[in-house]
Amino acid sequence: MAEAKAICLGIPLAHERHWKNIIVESDFLNLFLALNSPGGSFPLEVLILMKDLKASLNGFDKVTFSFAPRSSNGLAHWLATCSFSQSWIGLGVVSPSLQDVRRRSLCDVAGDVLFCPSLIERACTLVGDLLLSAILDRARGVSPSLQDLRTIGRELAMGSQGGWGQSKDFLDLVKSIGESRSKAEEDRIILHEIELLKRRITEPDIPKRKMKEFIIRLVYVEMLGHDASFGYIHAVKMTHDDSLLLKRTGYLAVTLFLNEDHDLIILIVNTIQKDLKSDNYLVVCAALTAVCKLINEETIPAVLPQVVELLGHQKEAVRKKAIMALHRFNQRAPSSVSHLISHFKKKLCDNDPGVMGATLCPLFDLITVDVNSYKDLVVSFVNILKQVAEHRLPKSYDYHQMPAPFIQIRFLKILALLGSGDKQASENMYTVLGDIFKKCDSSSNIGNAVLYECICCVSSIYPSPKLLEAAAEVTSRFLKSESHNLKYMGIDALRRLIKINPDIAEEHQLAVIDCLEDPDDTLKRKTFELLYKMTKSSNVEVIADRMIDYMISINDNHYKTEIASRCVELAEQFAPKNSNTLQTMNKVFEHAGDLVNIKVAHNLMRLIAEGFGEDDEGADSQLRSSAVESYLHIIGEPKLPSVFLQIICWVLGEYGTMDGKFSASYISGKLCDVAEAHSNDDTIKAYAVTAIMKIYAFEIAAGKKVDLLPECQSLIDELSASHSTDLQQRAYELQAVLGLDACAIVGIIPSDASCEDIESLEKGDRPYIPENERSGMLNINNFRSQYQHEASTHALRFEAYELPQPSVASRIPSVPVPLTSSTELMPVSEPIYPKEIHQVESLPSVSDTRLVELKLQLEGVQKKWGRPTYSSPAPSTSSSTTQKTVNGVKQHEGLGTISSQTHDISYDSRRLQIEVSPEKQKLAASLFGGSSSKSDKKPSSTSHKTARVSNPSVEKHQMVTEAVASVELAAEKTASLQPPPDLLDFGEPSVGSGTPSLDPFKQLEGLLGPTPVSSTVNYGSVGASKPPDLMALYAETPMSGLSSNVTNLTPTSMDTINLIPGLSNAVTPPTQLKKGPSPQDSLEKDALARQMGVTPSGKNPNLFKDLLG
Amino acid sequence: MEEMVGEEPETRDSVEAEVLIVLCSRAENVSNFVEADSIFGPDTRLVYKHYATLYFVFVFDSSENELAMLDLIQVFVETLDKCFKNVCELDMVFNFSKMHIILDEIIFGGQVLETSSTEVMKAVEEISKCSLSLSLSLSIYIYIFTLGYLIDSVSICHNAGWRRLQMQSCFQNPFLDGKVDSR
Repeated sequence: MAEAKAICLGIPLAHERHWKNIIVESDFLNLFLALNSPGGSFPLEVLILMKDLKASLNGFDKVTFSFAPRSSNGLAHWLATCSFSQSWIGLGVVSPSLQDVRRRSLCDVAGDVLFCPSLIERACTLVGDLLLSAILDRARGVSPSLQDLRTIGRELAMGSQGGWGQSKDFLDLVKSIGESRSKAEEDRIILHEIELLKRRITEPDIPKRKMKEFIIRLVYVEMLGHDASFGYIHAVKMTHDDSLLLKRTGYLAVTLFLNEDHDLIILIVNTIQKDLKSDNYLVVCAALTAVCKLINEETIPAVLPQVVELLGHQKEAVRKKAIMALHRFNQRAPSSVSHLISHFKKKLCDNDPGVMGATLCPLFDLITVDVNSYKDLVVSFVNILKQVAEHRLPKSYDYHQMPAPFIQIRFLKILALLGSGDKQASENMYTVLGDIFKKCDSSSNIGNAVLYECICCVSSIYPSPKLLEAAAEVTSRFLKSESHNLKYMGIDALRRLIKINPDIAEEHQLAVIDCLEDPDDTLKRKTFELLYKMTKSSNVEVIADRMIDYMISINDNHYKTEIASRCVELAEQFAPKNSNTLQTMNKVFEHAGDLVNIKVAHNLMRLIAEGFGEDDEGADSQLRSSAVESYLHIIGEPKLPSVFLQIICWVLGEYGTMDGKFSASYISGKLCDVAEAHSNDDTIKAYAVTAIMKIYAFEIAAGKKVDLLPECQSLIDELSASHSTDLQQRAYELQAVLGLDACAIVGIIPSDASCEDIESLEKGDRPYIPENERSGMLNINNFRSQYQHEASTHALRFEAYELPQPSVASRIPSVPVPLTSSTELMPVSEPIYPKEIHQVESLPSVSDTRLVELKLQLEGVQKKWGRPTYSSPAPSTSSSTTQKTVNGVKQHEGLGTISSQTHDISYDSRRLQIEVSPEKQKLAASLFGGSSSKSDKKPSSTSHKTARVSNPSVEKHQMVTEAVASVELAAEKTASLQPPPDLLDFGEPSVGSGTPSLDPFKQLEGLLGPTPVSSTVNYGSVGASKPPDLMALYAETPMSGLSSNVTNLTPTSMDTINLIPGLSNAVTPPTQLKKGPSPQDSLEKDALARQMGVTPSGKNPNLFKDLLG
Repeated sequence: MEEMVGEEPETRDSVEAEVLIVLCSRAENVSNFVEADSIFGPDTRLVYKHYATLYFVFVFDSSENELAMLDLIQVFVETLDKCFKNVCELDMVFNFSKMHIILDEIIFGGQVLETSSTEVMKAVEEISKCSLSLSLSLSIYIYIFTLGYLIDSVSICHNAGWRRLQMQSCFQNPFLDGKVDSR
C-alpha cells in the first residue's frame, strides 16, 4: 500500500524532470505482478491507486517495473549521501537527478521505493555503469576512485562481472529465499521448488546445461535442509558426462548428497575407475576428489591399484592428490594400504615439495599409531625440515615471507611424536628446533603458529634445557601479547611446559589470572585446564572454588559436567581438609548434581564411609559428623538435585545418630520431610525409607526404646500401598525390622559396615595391596569389632543390600544390589591403590626423611608448607624432583645468597596478603604459592621465632639426603628399568654403571648438546638459578666412568640436573606399566563381585524368612 | 579436519544451529577459537573469522594448529577474492560449485593440500578453461541480502539479544549479512 502510494508520488517527480525512460524498482512484488499482468485480487484501495498510477505513466516513452529486494534500500541511502559528499559525480549529467534521488529516497524510508538513477539514465551507458560499479564496490565495502571506476565500468560493459551464469529461475529462487522472513515461508518456497524440480528433471531431452542447473538447484535445496533424494540418480548420471565441468558438477553434487554408505556409490565406482585412467589430468583430479569423499572400505580394492599407479603420474598435482587419497584409505581401513608404506617413504623424496608435504599427512597418521618403526626417518625428517626452514624451497611455497609454514608445522608434529621419550632421536632435532626458534617471525600469525608448534615439539621430546628456555621465552611473549589468540596459545604452551618444569608457571601468574578473568570463554576454559594440571594440595581450595564459581555461571551443560567432575576429582585427590572437601562436593552437587556421573556420588558416599584411607578413625568420624551436620543444614533447601538428596539420605541414615548429637526422631523427621517433598521421585523415597530403617535399627541395637514418629508411620503406610514393589518391599522391611530385638538387628544391620564387604573383597582379591594399607584396614576392622559387635559375613552382605541403587532398585527389588554397588564403587579404589603402591615402592629411602620433615613442618609455620611437594599430582618419582628443586631454592635463601626477583615479588604478595593487597596478587599467591614462592616465607620472615633459624640448616641437611636419595633412586630406577634405551643412556654417564664398550666421552657430548661452547654458557645461566651445593652434591655421586677433566664434568652434572625432570618423565611409563594389570585385575574382581553378589541374592529371602521366624 | 558434508540434513541443521549459538555468544575482540567438543565430539575445535559479510568456520581436531587454521581461512578468502574479484556472499551463493572447486584444491581428503592462492587460482583457471561454455548473461543485477534465512535459524536459538543487535546493525549497514559457511 505504502509502496504504491510512494510510486504515485514519485512518478510526477519524474515528469518534472522530463525523464522519458524510467525504471521503477520496488520490493513490492505483488504490486508489480499486478501492474504487469492485470487481474488478481487486491484491496480496493490498491486497485484504485494502480489505476492512477497507470494513468500517470502515459507521458513516458518507456516504463519498466522491476523487482528489487528490500535490502536495496541501503543502496538508495548510500547513493543519496554519495551524491553530496563525493565530488566525482560532478559529471553534470547525473548530479541533478541524484539530488532528486536523495530527496526521494529520504522519504522512501517508509515506502521502499527506489529510483535508481543508473537505470533511469541507461542511455548514458558509461555513467550508468560507472555508478553501478560504484554501487557494486560499495556493496563490497570498497570505496572506489574514479580511475578504478572507469576500468570496472568497462569490465561491466563487457559483461565479465555481471551475471552469475544461472537462469532466471535459479536467481529468483535464491532471491525469494533471501527475502523470506520466516522459516515457514522459506520451507514453502523450497517445497514448491522441489515440486517443480521433480516435474522438470524427469522430462525427456533436457539440454545438458539445463540439467546442470537443475542439479545445482537440487544441491541448494539439500543445503537448506530438505530432502532431494529424488534427484540423486540424475547427479550420478551427470558424472558420466564427457564435459569436465558437467562431470565436476556431477561429482560435486554426488559428494554433497551421498554419504559413503549410500547404495548409489556402487554406481559411481565404475565411472571413477574410468576417470582415473583418463588422459586429461583434470579429469583424474576430479575423480580423485570423489575417491576421497566417496570410497568406503568395501570399494577401496576397486580403485586402489589405479590410485597407486597415479603416484607415478607426471603431474605433481595428481601425485599429491593420489597420496592424499591413499591417506584417506588409511584412515578408513588401515589394513588396505599397509603394504604401501614403502611408497609413502619413497614419496618423501619426491622432486616436488608439494608432494613431499602431502606425504607427511599419511606418515603422521602412521607414526601416531606406531612410533618405533619410523625412527629411521628422523634424520631425513630433520634434514628436510632444515632445508625448508632455510628457505631452500621455491618462492612459491612462501607464505607471508615464511617458508612453507604448513609443511613446517606438520614436520614439527611428526618430530614431536618421534622424539618423545627418545633421547637419541631428540638430540638430532635440537639444532633445527633452535634454528626455527631463532628464525621465526613472531609478528605474523603464521610465524606464531610455527613457534607454538615448536613449543609443543620441545615439550614432548626429550628435554633440552636450552630449547626449554627458548620455549619459555616464546610462551611469555605469547602471554604478554594483547591478542586473545596468542594468549590462548600461550596458556596452552604453558600447560605443556609445566609438565616438564613446574616453575615456569610462577613467572606468569599474573598473566594467567588475567586470562582467568577474561571475558573470553575459550580462554577461560583453557586457563582452567592449565590450573587443573597445576593443582597441588596448597592451591586446590582456591582452584576448586574458582571452578565452582565458573561452573555456576555457565549454562553449557556439556562443559558444566566436565568441570564438575574435574572439581570432584580434585577434591578427592587432594582432600586437603576433610570438611573442605565436603563443602566442595556439596557445592558441586548442589549446582550440577544431575549432570555429574552417578559414580561420583557413590565415590562421595564411599569417602564418607571410609575416610581417606588413613589410619585415623578420629578424623573419619569427625568427617562423618561434619557431613551429617552440613547435610542437615542443606536438606531443607528446595530444588536439590536428586543425586545429592540420595547422598544426603544415605549419609544421614548411616551416620546421622552416630555421634549422638542429633536424636533419631529429629533425623527421621527430616527424612520423612524429604520423602514427602519428593513424592514423585521413587529413588529418593527409597533412599529415605532405608535411611529411616537404619536409624531405628541403630537405636534398637543401642538398646534404646524406639517411638515411631507419626509421619514415619504414615510414610510407611503410604509406601506399603505404593505401586512400586521396591518401595513396598522397603516399607515392609522397615516394619519387620522394627519388630525385632536388639541382637537380631545387630546381626542384620551392623553399624558403619557399609563398605566392608568391598574391603574384604579387596583383601581377598588384591595381593599387591601394600602392607601398611592392609594393616591399616585390619586395624580399622579390629577397632570396629571392639566397639561394635562382630559382624558376620552374611550380615555384611546384607548391609550392602541396604545400599539402594537407583538404576536397578526402582524396578526389580530382588536384584542383588551388592553386585552393582561393588562394581560401581570399585573404580574408586583403583586410582588410590596404585598411587600408594608407588609411594611405597619408589620412595623407600626417602620415606624416613619425609617423616622427619613432616614433623618439622608441623612445628613450623603453616600447614600448607610441607604438603604440596609430596602430594603433587604427578607420580611419586617426579614429586621427588619437585621436592628437590624447591629445596634447592629454599637452601638458596637460607644461605643468604641473592634471591631472584620473582621470589621477591611473590614474597611481597604473600606478606601484602595480610594487609592491603590487590586481589589478583592474592589470588596469584594462593594459586602459585604451592611451588617455590612458599619457601621464601620461612627463612626470610623475621616475625617468626628464633627457633626457626635452625630450620634452614636442618632442611639443608635433609635436602641433601633427599637429593641424594632421589639421585640414587633415579639411578636405581634406570638400572632396574632396562627396556627404554634413553634411560640407559642417561644412566651410564652419571652413574657409570653402564656397558663398558661405550665411549663415555661420546655420551658426554650427547649430554652436552650439539655445541660444547653453548653448553658452557648454559652452565653459567643454569648455575645462577640453581643452588651451588646441589652441583657439589652431584659431584659426590659416583661417577666413576667420567674421571676426565673438571670443566667437562661440571656442565654434565648441570645437564643431568636439568635432565632429571625428563628422567622422571621417562620413568613414568614403566611405572604405569605396573598400573597396567590393574584393569585386568579389576575385571577379575568384577567377576568375583558378581559371584559374591549373586550368592546372597539367592539366600536373601530365605534368611529373611528365618529371621522373621 | 572434517568437511561437513554427507550428513543427514537434520543433524546438519542442528549442528549448524549449535554453531550459530556458539558464535553468537562470542563477543567482539575475543579469540577466534572455540572448543567444540560438545558439538562435534571430543577433541574438536573451531576457528571462525569474518570478513565484512562473510563468516568462515573451520572445524578441526588436534592434528591441526589453531593459528595455522586461522591463516588457512585467510588463504581461502584470498583465493576467493582473486577468483571473484572482491568476494561477497552472493558469489558464494550463486557460484558455490566454483567455491567447491577452490576448496577442493586447498583442502583435500580432510587435509591441507595447498596454501598458495596463486597455485590454487592456476588450478581453478585450468579447470574453467576447459569449459568456456560458462554462460555470459549480461543482465546486471544487484542483490544484497539482508538478514536471510540463516538469521531465521538463529531465531530458533532464542538468542533475542543477538538478533536484535544484528537487526540494528542491519539497518545501519544494509550490507551486513549473517552468512555462515560451515565447513
